[in-house]
Amino acid sequence: MKRTFADLHLILNMKDSSNAQRVLTKAASLGYDLVSMPFSPETSETEILNLRRICNDLKMDFASRVDIAPRTRGHLMHLLRKLRRRFEVVCVVCKNKEVARQAAKDRRVDLLSFQSVDYRDRFFDWAEAELASSSLAALEVEVKPLLLLEGSARIRLLATLRREVSIAKEYRVPVIVSSGVETEMLLRKPREIASLVSLLSLDEVSALDMISTNPHEIVVRNREKLSRGFVAPGIRVVREGGDC
Amino acid sequence: MKRIKHRYLAVEVDFDGMLTQRDFFDAMWASVTRLYGEFGASKTGLALIDFDEEERTAIVRVSLAMLQQVRAATASITRIAGREAAVHVRAISGTLKSLRDKAR
Repeated sequence: MKRTFADLHLILNMKDSSNAQRVLTKAASLGYDLVSMPFSPETSETEILNLRRICNDLKMDFASRVDIAPRTRGHLMHLLRKLRRRFEVVCVVCKNKEVARQAAKDRRVDLLSFQSVDYRDRFFDWAEAELASSSLAALEVEVKPLLLLEGSARIRLLATLRREVSIAKEYRVPVIVSSGVETEMLLRKPREIASLVSLLSLDEVSALDMISTNPHEIVVRNREKLSRGFVAPGIRVVREGGDC
Repeated sequence: MKRIKHRYLAVEVDFDGMLTQRDFFDAMWASVTRLYGEFGASKTGLALIDFDEEERTAIVRVSLAMLQQVRAATASITRIAGREAAVHVRAISGTLKSLRDKAR
């Protein structure tokens, strides 16, 4: 079966609609079937619908995503309660260990993102992976720093990512790869991204899964949960009313 | 001695302005060397077969054993001759004839 590819982290400046249109057109021409961009929690439904319409015109699927960067565990819980039902993908940007641990064990979190390139500020170790393996959270790896960093900074990042990905693999935590770019010049074809990810000591199939199967599974699972008839995993309302 | 198998890659370059063959191939070598070092680069068997300045397309030959590594190095090119650029692989094949058919 033909693989379909997803990039769950495009950064689009909606104030510059021509740039957003250019980036989305480029993503479609490079072979992506599903894209997503992080919205702020205050984003209106209309803005999301507009972007969904643009993507549909380009024959791409669009998933709404929110990135939250809470300061404390309580703040994380508050944001999840408020936002989980509004967005198809919830990503927690982990800026401290307390938030990282809570995010890893909360089943409402889809993605764990560690955006710092400094290994001391990345908290994806075996304890984090063990917590994430019993919830639904996946580890997000961004390609942008791999493209833009040079020299020793890139060497250190490659070593850190290689360690994180191998821990994730050991604990069966899904890993997704996304671009995290804002310009079309930094967009790459899915198979090129898979080649870049193979620098993290991964075989080709695992690398391709990170940009196709794994992100799709997250979106499909959440769409089912957000659909009207959903009761619990595997249980849904098929008919209601007097004739049941 | 075992025969070295090759693959041919048809690539296209996203670049604003005039792009010369030399600039393109220098960027390819620089990227391969940055990622894998001189020892790794020596194993790629990288060679430029064809370059079209107007279409900004090229055909390069690489050793089959290093194909994935060269693809990664190609993807990691972000600048050519000091300007923003991106190199995308359009097609890969074992023979030039079928590569040209695929890339058309």
